[in-house]
Amino acid sequence: MSEPSDLAKLIFGRLTWEAIPFHEPILLWTFVVVALVGGVVVGAVTKYKLWGYLWREWFTSIDHKKIGIMYIVLGLVMLLRGFTDAIMMRLQQAMAFGDNVGYLPPEHYDQIFTAHGVIMIFFVAMPLVTGFMNYVVPLQIGARDVAFPFLNNFSFWMTTSGAVLVMMSLFMGEFAKTGWLAYPPLSGIAYSPGVGVDYYIWSLQIAGIGTLLSGINLIATIVKMRAPGMTMMKMPIFTWTSLCTNVLIVAAFPVLTAVLALLALDRYTGTNFFTNDLGGNAMMYVNLIWIWGHPEVYILILPVFGIFSEVVSTFSSKRLFGYASMVYATVVITILSYLVWLHHFFTMGSGASVNSFFGITTMIISIPTGAKIFNWLFTMYHGRIRFDVPMLWTVGFMITFVIGGMTGVLLAVPPADFVLHNSLFLIAHFHNVIIGGVVFGLMAGINYWFPKAFGFRLDPVWGKRSFWFWLIGFWVAFTPLYVLGLMGVTRRVSHFQDSSLQIWFQIAAFGAVLIAIGIVCMLIQFYVSIRDRHALRDESGDPWGGRTLEWSTSSPPPAYNFAFTPIVHDNDAWHDMKQRGYERPLQGFKPIHMPKNTAAGIVLAGLSSVCGFALIWHMWLLVGLSFAAVLVAAIVHTFNYKRDFHIPADEVVRTEETRTQQLAAVHV
Amino acid sequence: MTTVKTSCRHWLLSSMLLPLAGCNPILLNAPGDVAAQQGKLIVDSTFLMLLIIVPVIALTLLFAWRYRASNREAIYKPDWDHSTQLELIIWAAPLVIIIALGAMTWISTHTLDPYRPLDRIAANKPVPEGVKPLVIEVVALDWKWLFLYPEQNIATINEIAAPVDRPIQFKITASTVMNSFYIPALAGQIYAMPGMETQLHAVMNTAGDYEGFSANYSGAGFSGMRFRFHGLSDADFDAWVAKSRADGNTLSRADYLQLEQPSSNEAVKHYASVAPDLYKAILNRCVDTSKMCMNEMMAIDAGGKGPKHAEHGEGNEHAYDTAPPEHHHH
Amino acid sequence: MSDATAFVSTDAAGNPIFHDASGDHHPENGTLLGFWLYLMSDCLIFASLFAVYGVLGHSYAAGPTGADLFDLKLVAVNTSMLLLSSITYGFAMIAMQKRRVAPVQFWLAITGLFGMAFVGLELYEFHHLIHEGAGPQRSAFLSSFFALVGTHGLHVTFGIVWLVTLMAQVGKFGLTAENQRRLMCLSMFWHFLDVIWIGVFTFVYLMGVLP
Repeated sequence: MSEPSDLAKLIFGRLTWEAIPFHEPILLWTFVVVALVGGVVVGAVTKYKLWGYLWREWFTSIDHKKIGIMYIVLGLVMLLRGFTDAIMMRLQQAMAFGDNVGYLPPEHYDQIFTAHGVIMIFFVAMPLVTGFMNYVVPLQIGARDVAFPFLNNFSFWMTTSGAVLVMMSLFMGEFAKTGWLAYPPLSGIAYSPGVGVDYYIWSLQIAGIGTLLSGINLIATIVKMRAPGMTMMKMPIFTWTSLCTNVLIVAAFPVLTAVLALLALDRYTGTNFFTNDLGGNAMMYVNLIWIWGHPEVYILILPVFGIFSEVVSTFSSKRLFGYASMVYATVVITILSYLVWLHHFFTMGSGASVNSFFGITTMIISIPTGAKIFNWLFTMYHGRIRFDVPMLWTVGFMITFVIGGMTGVLLAVPPADFVLHNSLFLIAHFHNVIIGGVVFGLMAGINYWFPKAFGFRLDPVWGKRSFWFWLIGFWVAFTPLYVLGLMGVTRRVSHFQDSSLQIWFQIAAFGAVLIAIGIVCMLIQFYVSIRDRHALRDESGDPWGGRTLEWSTSSPPPAYNFAFTPIVHDNDAWHDMKQRGYERPLQGFKPIHMPKNTAAGIVLAGLSSVCGFALIWHMWLLVGLSFAAVLVAAIVHTFNYKRDFHIPADEVVRTEETRTQQLAAVHV
Repeated sequence: MTTVKTSCRHWLLSSMLLPLAGCNPILLNAPGDVAAQQGKLIVDSTFLMLLIIVPVIALTLLFAWRYRASNREAIYKPDWDHSTQLELIIWAAPLVIIIALGAMTWISTHTLDPYRPLDRIAANKPVPEGVKPLVIEVVALDWKWLFLYPEQNIATINEIAAPVDRPIQFKITASTVMNSFYIPALAGQIYAMPGMETQLHAVMNTAGDYEGFSANYSGAGFSGMRFRFHGLSDADFDAWVAKSRADGNTLSRADYLQLEQPSSNEAVKHYASVAPDLYKAILNRCVDTSKMCMNEMMAIDAGGKGPKHAEHGEGNEHAYDTAPPEHHHH
Repeated sequence: MSDATAFVSTDAAGNPIFHDASGDHHPENGTLLGFWLYLMSDCLIFASLFAVYGVLGHSYAAGPTGADLFDLKLVAVNTSMLLLSSITYGFAMIAMQKRRVAPVQFWLAITGLFGMAFVGLELYEFHHLIHEGAGPQRSAFLSSFFALVGTHGLHVTFGIVWLVTLMAQVGKFGLTAENQRRLMCLSMFWHFLDVIWIGVFTFVYLMGVLP
């Protein structure tokens, strides 16, 4: 081999022009559209000279509220990508029958369903859930920020780096063609020699670091930073579910990190953890990844249960029924979620006793979950229910979710799972709980807390349209999948022979279109709300008759959240304050000690994604350089000891004075 | 399939009135005894759970309507948030259902354990005295199915047949990646994994032509990884075997290594005879005789004796380089 | 914990007070709790690797076993390096509590040297194994062995980088509150790695050599 080509290999690794999909018209057009939209956004930001503002006020911000909003923006942007994948799959399956092979060859279809799963779980649901926890928890517990504000910024950018790598796979190389959990041996180097699985591994590893650190951060925040008087049993339910979620994150994500690291070792260094030869054991991968994977499901659903608890109590104008049993139910679910992982592979051939054990532990989870449903039900009972958009999502959830829960318990019966495993019935089940639970909850949350974050409500008309399209679209899209599952149709198939099935796939595709309209309605809702923001403005800071502390501050809250730390007497702290004639303090303000913004998070995460990219393409020189750069940047950052400042008292006085005038205007 | 087709058209028409009443999804109406029991379990469990699900949905809608803010007639108790009796009920009601379902689960998981030899061929029809199960060895290849009949010494690609009412014992493995062996009309699925054997016991009770496939995604050719399962009378089965013997060649180890190469949408093929111990060699990943069989390897490991003691002397550099890892790229 | 600290929730007349006019509420020892949580998550990575070793530890693929490979004398020396480094770190912490910079730096340096000796011996062992043909590719047993022991070694290496950084910071800024907190965190990290190593030594080496 000649000298220059060795050098080229060192620099470019296995990246060649062939890795750019010029020959794939779909990808090329996608690229053109993305480039155009990106160009418009970049152009607009440049034209209006917003780079400095974005950099100073957002990208380098360590304010938990801004980081929370950025997480939610990330999640919504990735939702569009993940949903495009969904529409493409529905379209392919609706047409690929008999002689018609559809428009997606297997190589492409297989990447799409893998990317859809990975993106929806890791880069849509996780950022949205983390965003809400970030935004709401410190406000609900009367704190001024999270325990480790810099770490929070770093976590966000690591998650974003992972998302960036996934998006890059679209236009450079390929994504994994393995399914979203990348089971070996299929994901091993022998059967997936390309860069797809490496994109998968490194995007999840980088994002996983962010998730883990954010989990640690929020636990420390909830344990250490609650306002005086807020004992554990006076914490708002959303804070409780966030605490349990973050415990799950800290206890589950290291397992994912370890198992993906071992898969990477198999692929990069030729070890034999999960290979077919020399003693490797692929079943161990399946076990380990589900030891992470099942708690992950509860990481997504628990915070959303918290959102529903807040919404149902606020809009029923009533205390939450059975607070204590709600808390115990959450804790029981947290613990049990570690004892059920094997139900994802009853068909691997474990004995009947092992399968029954895991089946029954799975069913037991439905008891606390059922108790939660009843608690929401009896919160509505003897209430005064206002059907604002968040409450609509909640009622839609209660009806949809119980069906998904029922089919889930059905799948936990091992002999039933033997016929339903990997079928479209399973697909329908988990979309029933993830859309009907997680997504509906996130939508409720967006509509509920948006006025807190921006000072004006979201337009209810478009919100209701979005809700109805989502709800009806969900049932139209997934009922056929339940039926197809009972007809023995399996998942991840890109082409069918039996044309009698086609009608069901066409109905499902129509349902997906309805959901797409629901998403468009949501985007219009954002547009209309921003346009009509003056009409929708809320000066009170408490537009819904809220019950927890976040509603006691202005909307949006000042950087310091609370001029004085609140003292809590009741688990509906703000409701209690209102009831007992609380008067807002107007004097005695002091300088407020706050953390300072820093660019370290975005720099470290940016270097990490360069390192991940280099690892994916075997660019060893760049791997070495970027890794060294990460290390140096981290060390340099530790030499910065000036990480905080004081908001001067007169600035606090000015801010609070504005608030006083706003409130006076409301009460006139 | 035609029955499914017509019944589902029917379903479409009647779906407005009687959801699920007119449809005949194969899982709920399977002709094989094991699948039929599994289907019945689906119906029974669903019914049991609906006992609690239906009231919850009804109450949700009722409360949402009754306690709407505009209804000033309804009782409003803003501070009512606890009732011990109610809390007992809301924990106890799901508990009772789960106890019942848990009992059903424990029993059915044991009676329908795929590893357990059948003791009946249909309800109230025990396996007749002296009837041995028909053994079929199944190998999931990239991306087709190889079936070996040790009793008949024949082999087929993407097609199996079995006599009606005779228990079948499947022994299942795979060549490269994980698949799942599944004939919905016959019985639930079980994974097919390289270097390992899983088992499935089942019986077909109605003659007919049924579909089988891989139910676990295994790569590019996965969608075409389908086969036919023929439930035949004893005479027809013998004729089917005779036909295989007549029009096929021998499946040698070399043929197998050729067959193992990835290919999609393979046509049905029959082999008149099979090289001795081929399945055992596939299972132990040593059809290629230059590779050490897994069972030998495991026997050595269990003895705790490495090659250092067995064949190589001390001081030999690279003493442990016996079998470098091999990767098959496709 | 803020709710554990005393606060006034009612005024003299018994009316509730809803805000604390006294000033800032900052978490006490938040960093130590956070760092402890991190260590527990790291512990789970090791737990996973131990579990993998537990599953694959006898899959020798007709290759060498632990009994064939492990040199207990070497590992014993190595273990004593790490245990001694934990003791010397303890001396550094005692010096820190007395606010004396020079002995802190001295003991940190000794700790770092012990750590480097540990990593050096481990690299020697790895090199020797690979040279003998018992590299991580040879069998699942060796894959899991290298992964578990290597991950621990990597942690010690990063611990040394951190230690050197901290020495520079203590030298430059003295034993400030921040630096004391950082020394506490590194202390927890260092002792944690010691505990993990005792698990590795017992579970991998001793039990591997036992008949």
